[in-house]
Amino acid sequence: MSQVRRLEKGGRIDRSTRFEFSFNGTSYTGFKGDTLASALLANGVSEVGRSFKYYRRRGIVGSGVEEPNAIVQLGSGSLSTPNLRASEVELSAGLSARSATTTDRFGLRRLGSLFSSLMPVGFYYKTLMRPKALWELGEKLMREAAGLGNLSRGRDPDIYDKYHHHCDVLIVGAGAAGLNAALAAAKTGSRVIVADEQTEFGGWLLSSSVTIDGTSATTWIERVVTSLRAHPHVILLSRTTIFGLYDHNLAMGCERLVYPKSADFQSPRERLHQIRAKQVVLATGAIERPLTFANNDLPGIMLPSAVLTYLNRYAVAPGNDLVLATTNDQAYEAAFRWHDLGKRVVAICDSRSDLQPALIKGCEERNIKILNEHIVTEARGKKHLNRVLIARLSADKRSLIGKPHVLRCDLIATSSGWNPVIHLNAHTRTMARWDEDEGSFLLDSTSPDVVTAGAVNGARTLAACIREGVTAIGRLHALTERDLDIPTPNIEEIESTRPDVIFKAPHVRTESRAPKQFVDFQLDVTAADIQLAAREGYRTIEHVKRYTALGFGNDQGKLSNVNGIAVLAGSLGKSMSEIGTTVFRPPYTPVTFGSIAGRSVGDLFDPERHTPMHQWHVEHGAEWENVGQWKRPWFYPCTDESMQEAVNREVLAARSSVGVLDASTLGKIDVRGKDAAIFVDRIYSNAFANLRVGRCRYGLMLRDTGMIFDDGVTARFAEDHFLIHTTTGHAESVLSWLELWHQTEWPDLDVRLTSVTDHWATVAVVGPESRNVLRGLCPDLQLADERFPFMSLQVVDIEGVEARIFRISFSGELSYEINVPSQYGLSLWERIFEIGKPYGITPYGTETMHVLRAEKGFIIAGQDTDGSMTAADMDLAWCVRKSDDVEFVGRRSLALRDYQRLDRMQFVGLETVDPKTVLPEGGQLLDAQNKTVPASMQGYVTSSYFSATLGRSIALAMVSGGHRRFGETLHCAIRDGRFIEAKIVSSTFYDPENSAQKVGTLSGTNDERSRAASRVLSQVAALETNGIPVREDVGISLRLWGDSRIVTLLGPIDGIEQIPGSLSSDVALPKEPCTWSSVDGMKVCWLGPNRWLVFERSRDEGASVSDKGSRLPSEISFVDTTGNYSVFSLSGSSVKRLLQKSCAYDFHESVFHTNSCVLTTFAKTQGLVVANENDGVELIVRRSYSDYVYRWIVDATREFGLAI
Amino acid sequence: MLRIYCPYCESVRDEDEFHCVGEAHIKRPERPDELSDQAWGEYLHFRTNPRGEHREIWHHVVGCRQHFNVVRDTETYEIKSVYRVGEEPSSAADSDA
Ligand SMILES: [Zn+2]
Repeated sequence: MSQVRRLEKGGRIDRSTRFEFSFNGTSYTGFKGDTLASALLANGVSEVGRSFKYYRRRGIVGSGVEEPNAIVQLGSGSLSTPNLRASEVELSAGLSARSATTTDRFGLRRLGSLFSSLMPVGFYYKTLMRPKALWELGEKLMREAAGLGNLSRGRDPDIYDKYHHHCDVLIVGAGAAGLNAALAAAKTGSRVIVADEQTEFGGWLLSSSVTIDGTSATTWIERVVTSLRAHPHVILLSRTTIFGLYDHNLAMGCERLVYPKSADFQSPRERLHQIRAKQVVLATGAIERPLTFANNDLPGIMLPSAVLTYLNRYAVAPGNDLVLATTNDQAYEAAFRWHDLGKRVVAICDSRSDLQPALIKGCEERNIKILNEHIVTEARGKKHLNRVLIARLSADKRSLIGKPHVLRCDLIATSSGWNPVIHLNAHTRTMARWDEDEGSFLLDSTSPDVVTAGAVNGARTLAACIREGVTAIGRLHALTERDLDIPTPNIEEIESTRPDVIFKAPHVRTESRAPKQFVDFQLDVTAADIQLAAREGYRTIEHVKRYTALGFGNDQGKLSNVNGIAVLAGSLGKSMSEIGTTVFRPPYTPVTFGSIAGRSVGDLFDPERHTPMHQWHVEHGAEWENVGQWKRPWFYPCTDESMQEAVNREVLAARSSVGVLDASTLGKIDVRGKDAAIFVDRIYSNAFANLRVGRCRYGLMLRDTGMIFDDGVTARFAEDHFLIHTTTGHAESVLSWLELWHQTEWPDLDVRLTSVTDHWATVAVVGPESRNVLRGLCPDLQLADERFPFMSLQVVDIEGVEARIFRISFSGELSYEINVPSQYGLSLWERIFEIGKPYGITPYGTETMHVLRAEKGFIIAGQDTDGSMTAADMDLAWCVRKSDDVEFVGRRSLALRDYQRLDRMQFVGLETVDPKTVLPEGGQLLDAQNKTVPASMQGYVTSSYFSATLGRSIALAMVSGGHRRFGETLHCAIRDGRFIEAKIVSSTFYDPENSAQKVGTLSGTNDERSRAASRVLSQVAALETNGIPVREDVGISLRLWGDSRIVTLLGPIDGIEQIPGSLSSDVALPKEPCTWSSVDGMKVCWLGPNRWLVFERSRDEGASVSDKGSRLPSEISFVDTTGNYSVFSLSGSSVKRLLQKSCAYDFHESVFHTNSCVLTTFAKTQGLVVANENDGVELIVRRSYSDYVYRWIVDATREFGLAI
Repeated sequence: MLRIYCPYCESVRDEDEFHCVGEAHIKRPERPDELSDQAWGEYLHFRTNPRGEHREIWHHVVGCRQHFNVVRDTETYEIKSVYRVGEEPSSAADSDA
């Protein structure tokens, strides 16, 4: 059997390209241009699946998105895709599909219809709720049965791409109305995007037999599309379903790319278009609505529009003897065409009494019998439709007159009118209104930036649609049709007269006794089900939808919703407008998860930050802890070591000899300006104005509520220069916090803030031997207490690099935190290990850092505090000024009555009675006497570890009134019902006298061991660029600057227009937002008011501003931020497309000029995109993100080819 | 995803470049010590949360790092006006005190 239903000629298929394909294991052939549905119909396949609940045979009903029955799963293995409509699947060579609904979910094949009558609407709710165990069993069975298709368990090897677009006008739907709107919009010079879900433009014109200007409609389409293509500002997207319209006119479209293009997964399979449109024209058309009648789900029952589409577009006649049943004029075209192609039209049943002469004439010419005031009441047949019962309608069209009679046929086409596709507009909350004249839900009003055109508006003729396309653009631009001057084509078509509004055919029996009258084919919801729901008390369509599952399938009720609303209205004696519609929600059609995820999968799942020493940690086998977006070494296991063993070893090394921590992730904020001291003093709860230059102080930052927000050490480099350290997790929020206070409360203060987190690589050298390591590193540095006391800093030269060394301690041991610009970080790190080798220097990770600080009772803001603790609660009252001289943030709140309560949660230590047992973090603490549920909670564990130093477990906790409860025993509740006993102790477990962080006696004078290796620290480029295939056909070239100099200049300034650039020339300070100026290869980019970034390549001679800044006017602050950033140069023809994939910013030439620079979101992190003179860009990202950004660029440019 | 005009960058950006800080024009009391616990608590915690026009502070985190004011309709998400810190909204948007 081969394509028995294919017509000899016609159709938009390529008969010379034949495709083999398989469906449910059987092989067939079809042609290029077919859909899977048209190819199956051509092959005479009438049954495409079984119904969800009743296991009834089902055939193809529609020809597009509305198809409820032919749901298929494509492919196999990790490429398998479920949940597709056969009417939308393009046929390709070797395509393999199976029906999603062939299995007998409920064993109905064996039980027959007996059981089906036992499964009424609400079956699960009614039968499975009690007892509880039955629900659990039922849920399990339902999970097995639920869904239409299976997800592949393997990783999807395909690429899913994303584009951002910006346009003046987005036109959704490229039918007659949309195409003509596009012509008009293009004429106004607007940036236009036209998106259509079909493989080719034309919409209904591709199905219709109508002629335009005397030729076929496709000629007109070709002419319009050719004209649109000639416009430079018009983008045409076919195969692209706009599935959602969101706030501020964000339209989301999924493009199905021609697939497979190649087998190597280098080109994307789908592309998500995120389109920002100033204005939107919805020319989304309408979907035909079937009549509801008994047995209306038999294979062989279709929509007239589908019949016409298969005839004209695919040259397939899905039957021989057609009965048409309609309530409107448009359906006649299908019957006329059926006849004209030599097929038999048995009869046309029209529910209406009076028909327009053109229809009667058309039937007379073809000798087609019209039965007016007739309707189809029941279909019959076993595997396929073979006869139909028709009957005369009463005057009110609600009952039948006389006995039905039989017509033999193998195809019924039924139409009860059209449902305009108003989904997208309804996504933005525009309400739908029932229009009784049109028999449709139409949009009540639209927003000023969204207009509708064509069938979505209820237009029923082609001429009206074409006209509306132009008037829609006219409305948006306040132009007349004459202004737009789009020629009106000459169309010959049957006029449209008023339709009947009938949804369901009466039957001689009641709905509950008649054969099933299906409203929702996909979920097997019948008219009787909806009536039963109404009898059981359901009154609103939203509740009926949830109770019966009406419209819950993946077709979202495109065919069924309105018919369901009508049945409910009838049952409740209400009008259609009183019932209203359910809320339309995106997506309009199912969207793959792959397309939504885009390239953010695998190692691009989330932006990742790496420290400068990352590669060393990788090579030394670190286990990782994710701290925000940072990858931090958690611990460094040796061979066969457990985590606890590794941590114990690391802890003991730091306590007894020397350990090293990569602390580069600590937040660092550079604070300058003549009011810097006043500012820092107001921000912290303890005094900072009196901090001496060269000294450091631990500080607490409070919210204005008085609660602890963050803590850390702040250092003073000069009278007007501080450096604030924040916790790793709060680096961003603290900077925002400082900016908020500065910009909104104290704008008169001269303060200049710069994040320098990425600029500095920080190495903490910790332990009694740390001083020997430091002496090896900086032989000339005086380390005695008088010269380099605790809580002070030194700026030194380490092998040619300026370094900052802080003598501070987060471990209780003698410790130095050494900072060098990040490009020298790895080199410094390796050097320290070389020097420390004789002392058994040991790297340690975040877990050991936590243990060391917990032994000392040091808090971690965000772990031990949660925003509801005061300094006093945390036993840090010494950090709060008692004097009222300075109105610091949070001060007033500390006097609030509630903060004085004695039973507040307070910070304490806990020691378990059994020293080997480690309490669970988050564990709830109960009174020994009061442990029965509901017990009152006495507190909870915030931190808990095994301390190798003390040989026992330790924990930190918040306990109600804890500071007065030392010695008391609490019981920590464990998940399995047991309790662990623990005693309340001081939170300082180790070295309460703080003797360990003092400098002891030197173990030897003038250590020669370390002097030996004297060399210059080397710079390390941020990236490994090996392993990238070099291609000939490159669309993008990428170069990483290894030798840049980058500084940040800060105001406020007054009247300074120029700054010294290089030795010879000055350069203008760009004042216009998002622009740059340059001299001699040095660029000055505007970052914000009073903030500029200067970058250039290092030069050997001729000092420029980026070298020293000493020649700058004194009003301008100069911060070296070379280590803060990585600079990528991107050039080539595809740069704009890479930016489109990575940024929501509009890089169109009308917005982004050759002297533009924009700081925006790039690849979900921040990037400064600087246009250059060669049509390329410099992309400047924070250094810690550069590995991630590089991976992103490599992935996003796979389809263009990338050269490094 | 909203589109927001930054009055410092003078360009329209996606919402994810910004952070909404909260209600604008909440003046910090000049002399907190003179306030009762209740009055101070109202400054700290009580906000209008209107249905309709709402004045908010937004922070251009990914861009120029400036704070500015936005009048946004909390029902339609329409942005009625945008103005710099220290300025008052234009009269069209100035409906509630
Ligand atoms: Zn901005």
